[in-house]
Amino acid sequence: MTKAITVAGLHKSFGRTHALDGLDLDVEAGEVHGFLGPNGAGKSTAIRVLLGLLRADAGAAQVLGHDPWRDAVQVHRRIAYVPGDVTLWRNLSGGEVIDLYGRLRGGLDTGRRDELTERFELDPTKKGRTYSKGNRQKVALVAAFASDVDLLILDEPTSGLDPLMEEVFQACVEEERDRGRTVLLSSHILSEVEELCDRVSIIRKGRTVESGSLAELRHLTRTSVSAELAGPPNGLARLPGVHGLDVQGHRVRLQVDTDQLDAVLRSLTASGVRSLTSTPPTLEELFLRHYQDGTEGVPA
Amino acid sequence: MTSRTSRLAGTGTLLRFALRRDRALIPVWVAVNALMVLSMPNTLKTLYGTPAGRAGLLHQMATDTSLRAMVGPVFDDSLGALTAWRVGVYAAALAAVTSLLVVIRHTRDEEESGRQELLSSGVVGHRAPLTAALLAAVVANAALGVLIVVGLAGQGVAGALAFGLGVAGAGMVFATTAAIVAQLTENARLTRGLTAAVLGAAFVLRAAGDSATDDGSSLLTWLSPLGWLENLRPFAAERWWVLLLFAAAVTFQAVLAYELAGRRDIGMSFLPTRPGPARGRLGTAGALAWRLQRGSVLGWSLGFFLAGVVYGGMTDGAAKLVGDNAKAREIFQRMGGQSGLTDAFLAAMVGMLGLVAALYVVSSVLRLNGEETSGRAEPVLAGAVGRLRWAAGHLLISFGGSALIMLLAGLGFAVGYGRQIGPVLAACLLQVAGVWVIGAVAVLVFGILPRGAMAAWGVAGAVLLIGWIGPALNAPRALLDLSPFAHLPKLPGSGMQWGPVGVLIGLTLTLVACGLAGVARRDLSV
Repeated sequence: MTKAITVAGLHKSFGRTHALDGLDLDVEAGEVHGFLGPNGAGKSTAIRVLLGLLRADAGAAQVLGHDPWRDAVQVHRRIAYVPGDVTLWRNLSGGEVIDLYGRLRGGLDTGRRDELTERFELDPTKKGRTYSKGNRQKVALVAAFASDVDLLILDEPTSGLDPLMEEVFQACVEEERDRGRTVLLSSHILSEVEELCDRVSIIRKGRTVESGSLAELRHLTRTSVSAELAGPPNGLARLPGVHGLDVQGHRVRLQVDTDQLDAVLRSLTASGVRSLTSTPPTLEELFLRHYQDGTEGVPA
Repeated sequence: MTSRTSRLAGTGTLLRFALRRDRALIPVWVAVNALMVLSMPNTLKTLYGTPAGRAGLLHQMATDTSLRAMVGPVFDDSLGALTAWRVGVYAAALAAVTSLLVVIRHTRDEEESGRQELLSSGVVGHRAPLTAALLAAVVANAALGVLIVVGLAGQGVAGALAFGLGVAGAGMVFATTAAIVAQLTENARLTRGLTAAVLGAAFVLRAAGDSATDDGSSLLTWLSPLGWLENLRPFAAERWWVLLLFAAAVTFQAVLAYELAGRRDIGMSFLPTRPGPARGRLGTAGALAWRLQRGSVLGWSLGFFLAGVVYGGMTDGAAKLVGDNAKAREIFQRMGGQSGLTDAFLAAMVGMLGLVAALYVVSSVLRLNGEETSGRAEPVLAGAVGRLRWAAGHLLISFGGSALIMLLAGLGFAVGYGRQIGPVLAACLLQVAGVWVIGAVAVLVFGILPRGAMAAWGVAGAVLLIGWIGPALNAPRALLDLSPFAHLPKLPGSGMQWGPVGVLIGLTLTLVACGLAGVARRDLSV
């Protein structure tokens, strides 16, 4: 598969702050790639380097096969960008801005624009200053999804959208994937990323700490299991990967590293299972462990 | 009873807050205005020291309609009366500008930005914000009035009192006008523009009335609050009852503003913002730049054309007036040129417009900075738009626009003066070389040191001061030569020298090239 974005060892400092400290990132063409990290992790800085708005101090970056700084204009014809905080011109209507953004890129599919305006329930005749935060965001989103481009770079694009519009947004991203476009979705909203992304890169303090498909990352997470057994549990404490074991009579609660789940289940069925609940691992936990501490819980 | 007091709850806090926010704005505007008024008796004393000189001035004013349109009629030859005549209209207009800025800043600006919503969720009555804004204007105008009364008391207490009250009264009339306009539109910038237009109309009415009659008795003069001041006749048998006009106008307008404010919701207005087109035709960064700047280009063009017409129209009269006075003639020649008073006057006026055009070019170049720091440039530059193309779109308007407004000033002179059309037009266009250097400095700062881009205003301000005040103060040559305008030949009158003009244009090109190289190389500030 060809790469839409490759980044290796990217560094960027602002004065004494190291915003990027050896960032790596690989985005395959045609995938929806989640770019996760807390506020201040360097997501927006990385995206601005990818857009050629900032110049990296060291490291290599390629976007659609070009150097984003040197070939900015060429690359931008095939990119649509949505910032996390959209500011509009006070005296231009939303419709004018959508068409302008589209034309400044590779061009605009007017049919799709009208359809998206409808779906996002956006009034394109309002002037920039009268839009709320969420509606300003919709202006940029409609322009991005209606643009004729290969790569969408979305930097926390759903801030200010209500849950209904969040659903419309997710549907749009899935349609983009179906049309073979690549999406880089920066976010700190895990459910959004879990729902949409094929692969995820997690960054923290300007470095990539984890990268892979959601399935690949699950080995880092623990599944919560709670069961009611026919007899007393036997030997659970000795099994590898079991944490927080709590036994009260025939009731058992525990967490287990997801790749050790099989052994735990065998042991439970040996005692006879009356009821069983297991909660799948979420990125939330993965996330929390990465940010609580730099090293703990990252065996890979 | 409770409801009446509760409607004003929080006024005191809001007023203190407003004055705190205006701690620089109000003192600076008031001080500049007071200085202009209070320095006038001395200046007039040096210019028209003898009774004969003053009598000549009175005679001149009785016959010259164009000059009377600019400054109004003279009623007496005492220094106090001459001061009131020479600066009255301008002091009143300046007080009006201060007042409208203060009132709009604390009413419509606050609502448009959404800050008022948060304030009004506290213990703040419905009428408190407007009341606090008007009281802030009262404070500013009262301070100005007191300074004038105290400062001019030496010329006659009654006259000083009338003059101070008249100027402050004119300020309050426009404060209440601004309070009404602020209820009409949602947009603070438009509110300022509309109120300023009312002020401009008041100036034009008074000017028309005063050019028709030499004693302020024209109906047109009476229709303008700026004309009431001269009809109050400070230092010339004051007509105190004219003060009732100010009081009546302020009361009527304030009541109307409160009535309108009481009938609308916070943030809303009587003239709602019109929706725009659902489809746009803008397709390039250049078209966007033009769309963003065209309003300002249009406004400056109109202003410069009218200024040309007005200055052109008063050229003959001014030359005659100056010709009778040795001191003034000397100052004019230092400011402008060597031969022929008409030429000197024309050169001085054209030079002054050139200095003002430097303000246009800085404001236009710094649009780039505004676009960048607000984040609006980011999505544009994330499109297939090179940085140089983006910058060029705005700079074309900045540099082309400065040439355009000077050209229109020249055409205005042609309409108002009607002779020497070619030479005056050339003089106007020549100023562009100086204006461009200032614009190029702004480009350089923006390109190399974007965080200090506002320093370009400082450069323009310094050049303005050197050009306006330098010659009158006999400033050293080395200081005067810092301004690019000092190197321009004084057209019309003296001969054309291409050398200095070539140097200035070369300097412009170099500075712009360095600035653009910086824009292409540096990080976008976000």
